Amino acid sequence: MDLKEKLISSFLAFENQMDVEDYVHDIRSKAIKTFEDEGFPTKKDEAWKYTSLNKILKQDYSVFPDDENAIEYRDVKKFFIHSIDSFKIVFIDGKYSSHLSQTTHDGMDICLLSAALAQPKYRLVIENYFNKIAASDGITCLNTAFSSEGAYIHIPKNKLVEKPIQIIHFSTGNESALMLQPRNLVVVDENSHVQIIERHQSLTSNAVLTNSVTEIFANKRAIVDYYKVQNDHENASLIDNTFIHQKRESHASVHTFTFGGNLTRNNLNFYQHGERIDSTLKGITIIGDKQHVDHNTLVHHIEPNCESHQDYKGIFNDKSTGVFNGKVVVEKEAQKTNAFQANNNILVSDQSAINTKPQLEIFADDVKCSHGCTIGQLDTDALFYMKTRGIPEKEAKALLMYAFANNVLESVKIATLKTRINKLIANKIGVNIGFNL
Amino acid sequence: MLEIKNLHASVEDKAILKGINLSVKAGEVHAIMGPNGSGKSTLASVIAGKEDYEAIKGDILFDNENIEELEADERAHKGIFLSFQYPVEIPGVSVTNFMKTAINESRKAKGLDDMPANEMLKLIREKSELLEIDRKFLSRSLNQGFSGGEKKRNEIFQMAMLEPKLAILDETDSGLDIDALRIVANGVNKLKNKDNAVIVITHYQRLLDYIVPDFVHVLHNGKIVKSGTKELAHELEEKGYDWIKESVN
Repeated sequence: MDLKEKLISSFLAFENQMDVEDYVHDIRSKAIKTFEDEGFPTKKDEAWKYTSLNKILKQDYSVFPDDENAIEYRDVKKFFIHSIDSFKIVFIDGKYSSHLSQTTHDGMDICLLSAALAQPKYRLVIENYFNKIAASDGITCLNTAFSSEGAYIHIPKNKLVEKPIQIIHFSTGNESALMLQPRNLVVVDENSHVQIIERHQSLTSNAVLTNSVTEIFANKRAIVDYYKVQNDHENASLIDNTFIHQKRESHASVHTFTFGGNLTRNNLNFYQHGERIDSTLKGITIIGDKQHVDHNTLVHHIEPNCESHQDYKGIFNDKSTGVFNGKVVVEKEAQKTNAFQANNNILVSDQSAINTKPQLEIFADDVKCSHGCTIGQLDTDALFYMKTRGIPEKEAKALLMYAFANNVLESVKIATLKTRINKLIANKIGVNIGFNL
Repeated sequence: MLEIKNLHASVEDKAILKGINLSVKAGEVHAIMGPNGSGKSTLASVIAGKEDYEAIKGDILFDNENIEELEADERAHKGIFLSFQYPVEIPGVSVTNFMKTAINESRKAKGLDDMPANEMLKLIREKSELLEIDRKFLSRSLNQGFSGGEKKRNEIFQMAMLEPKLAILDETDSGLDIDALRIVANGVNKLKNKDNAVIVITHYQRLLDYIVPDFVHVLHNGKIVKSGTKELAHELEEKGYDWIKESVN
């Protein structure tokens, strides 16, 4: 039985376990039907031309394990940003871990989607927001069909959430292959501000496939900063589908730091519904071996006077491959749009490759839109210069790579996260130098 | 200190150096002069360890050790420094960050721990004052948007930080106005002592008024065709290079 059949045949059993409102039941039933029709994307789909799921779909994944697996904080402490106080929503093999988590209902809800789906007091929010912006393609619908657990964050208006929220998904490796489908819902009301760090981390090298969907609503003048730390094991693959709905004068940013994993696909979609909206999409990708990273972004400018800033940097070593497909749509009404997009890449080895494709669809006539993509190598003159100062080749290359990527870190607002990312970069490049000078 | 014997080097089958012999002892200042295209910069790059050259023959001995097989960074750790004619711009790496990395990598190679931060800051302050470098300048990206004079001062600042045994100054005077020239030369002279040596590569005699050489060599067509004392530089300034070329041919 292939994975698609397995998932479809598991669906009934899954639904029967669930005790939720009919409202969500209908959404799930519709979604599994779409997945049944569309299945997983293939290279025939234009949006998946350079990323094949074939290999990773061949694993015999356990699709919803029953076992509750426990892990000790001391064993996973290093995956947390632990030097600052934060809220934590932690899952182990897809199940909520209360002892690793720190949630709240004090003036805001930072808790679990399973609770929000089941309890009447959340019904209004669920009806207003759940599955309202998630796409209707096969892979997103697959997640919707099985959506039961994940982070639920609702910040009411005029609230500055002083501590960042960490969402961490651990997989223990107790299953030889595991498929996870977390579902997050983030609603930030008028004038509120929240910072979220998300991470998927397997604790062994057993195969993991995560198909994650996150819906984010940034209401009027809200500020949402979302950071994705993707540094997983070599047999862990991630398909991240994130949808962001912005209302007027809101600021939303997503930073994606990708250093680990087998195959990583980021579908990141911003929809601007209002004036004077600011959307920021930034990423640093540093990969090697046979890793594959695909950034597929969309910014939909619908109304006038809005901005979007995209800056993705990629460094590819060994036989690694990358894809950047950045689509910017500017509707006819969206006059005075400022949309910037840059994708710069360094190929460190001859066998690495990047496919980069800006896609601009502009229907308004009074706009400023720029895009640029570059693919280059490390500057050999600069390397020689650095070597004559006593910096060995490896460290010189590392410094050049870091210098190439580091402006993306300037907009990271959590200092400890910035330090952490600097360390991850140094680790990834295999040098022991402190970049953060 | 430096012993070069019958050195050859070529690029794309074109011979650039055709048998250089040069001996530099501790405490000495040597000037290498010559017309454009005579091989001056190539000589400097080959000593520093640039790998772009082919058919490198002959011996380069530094402190009696053959350094041909050593990488540029290993040569730097032994005390060889090259001040570039055209310093490379490195966006995103500040002067300070670069120097910290350079110093600590050299220390690592010698089995030493990183220099403590306060010591590093003190050293940077002291050496930047010597070259009259503004503090703001140190946090700028290395050489990016620097004027010609700033680039060269920055080269000598790096030399001051690294305290090499042998400094090769490749056309350090080019692009310098008279004030910058004086600052740069003053820096070099202050760093000069009986245990180190300097090779000044220059087209003109001007810099040699400030950094006074013990020996002057004329490079022409890949060979040292004439050697002498500082008076030779004056002679070249007066007569140009043609008489050398004629006397060789």
